[in-house]
Amino acid sequence: MRVSSLIRVYLYYREIMMRRLPALYLRLRRPAALTFIEVNMFARTSAAVFLPQCGQVRNMATLKDITIRLKSIKNIQKITKSMKMVAAAKYARAERSLKPARVYGTGAMALYEKAEIKAPEDKNKHLIIGVSSDRGLCGAIHSSVAKAMKTEIAKLSGAGKEVMVVNVGDKLRGLLYRTHGKHILINCKEVGRKPPTFTDASIIATELLDSGYEFDKGSIVYNRFRSVISYKTDEKPLFSIDTVANSENMGIYDDIDADVLRNYQEFALVNIIYFGLKESTTSEQSARMTAMDNASKNASEMIDKLTLTFNRTRQAVITKELIEIISGAAAL
Amino acid sequence: MMAARFLLRRAVPALRHARCYADAPSAQMSFTFASPTQVFFKEANVKQIDVPTLTGAFGILPAHVPTLQVLRPGIVTVFNDDGSSTKYFVSSGSVTVNADSSVQLLAEEAVPLDSLDLAAAKANLEKAQSELGGVSDEAARAEVLISIEANEAIVKALE
Repeated sequence: MRVSSLIRVYLYYREIMMRRLPALYLRLRRPAALTFIEVNMFARTSAAVFLPQCGQVRNMATLKDITIRLKSIKNIQKITKSMKMVAAAKYARAERSLKPARVYGTGAMALYEKAEIKAPEDKNKHLIIGVSSDRGLCGAIHSSVAKAMKTEIAKLSGAGKEVMVVNVGDKLRGLLYRTHGKHILINCKEVGRKPPTFTDASIIATELLDSGYEFDKGSIVYNRFRSVISYKTDEKPLFSIDTVANSENMGIYDDIDADVLRNYQEFALVNIIYFGLKESTTSEQSARMTAMDNASKNASEMIDKLTLTFNRTRQAVITKELIEIISGAAAL
Repeated sequence: MMAARFLLRRAVPALRHARCYADAPSAQMSFTFASPTQVFFKEANVKQIDVPTLTGAFGILPAHVPTLQVLRPGIVTVFNDDGSSTKYFVSSGSVTVNADSSVQLLAEEAVPLDSLDLAAAKANLEKAQSELGGVSDEAARAEVLISIEANEAIVKALE
């Protein structure tokens, strides 16, 4: 008999002993002394031949492990598929309501663009509003907004300005509070479950104005929706009442007193926050749709591969048992 | 030579500023009228718009002097190029008239007038007026006053 077949018979013997009669095997096994067969093995073959085969037999997944894994991945695929459907429905609704909101938002910012209002550079108090949501599983939505906010905070703090941050969405709070906790002014929760309304934006604006932080210059960081598969993190400026009042082009606007200007500015603030919220939700739903779609695809790939492994393992088990029977019968 | 160049440079901005006014004879106004949920006009050309503001109602024609105003509850009338007019009721908002004759009318809530019900408005008005006696809190009082004003405007518009 050749050495390799000797090894194989020996290993199958060990396997059977280990699995079927573990107690007996442990008692029979004398770790210190080597049996005759093992001595022969070590004499004739190299350790390299011996060990890998042993490793393969011991760590090969059993049918039961593969079945459990296959079932759990199939469940995951069902869940991600249904999440994709839900996200697709929400995305369709969000995109439909984004169209008028975009016209509204561009109208609100038209004054600042046409009058070319620019904040003076030497102002010290800055405000950053980051718009995101509470829920994850949507790709890089939250992290891209947080990254933009962090670079902005670092830039402004490096220049010696005071920066405060408003977080719309719990995920942003989680990403920012550890490193930039002292910059956080307001946190907003329960964002993203229902489509945002003008009332939500006005609540946020009211909180901001009530907080008493008199910012000179601000910006709102949000994800602008470009298409189903792409969005871009964008920034729009916010101006304080003083900046607008003192801007040089405001002189051409007739009949403005402080009261009217203050009301106008507050309304404009709500409008810009509303615009940011609408764009962000649409981007988030489309990103979640894409992410869940990718997850389902990956899950189906894994299921295919595992099914193949399962079949191979099943055939190997049957072959093994056949060999045992045959060699057992041949020994008689 | 240098002085001449300086003069030229100083003169140009002023010239440009003056030219800015004379050079915008746009007989068209780009009118955008939207609420957060609905767009009524987007960069449309209309003849005239009547808006109710906190300082009074006024009409906006093309080449109106630039201004910013805050709206009060009332009727917005839009006169189209062909002479027809449509009325909308707005609750509040802002109107911006820019130097290039573009007008942005942003209303918090705006509805065409024919979707309002006179009887319901009258009932709401009576309810608000009766509530006025009962409230003492500043914020609640302000809310009731706003409700009265809005309902009065609706009733006046529908009659």
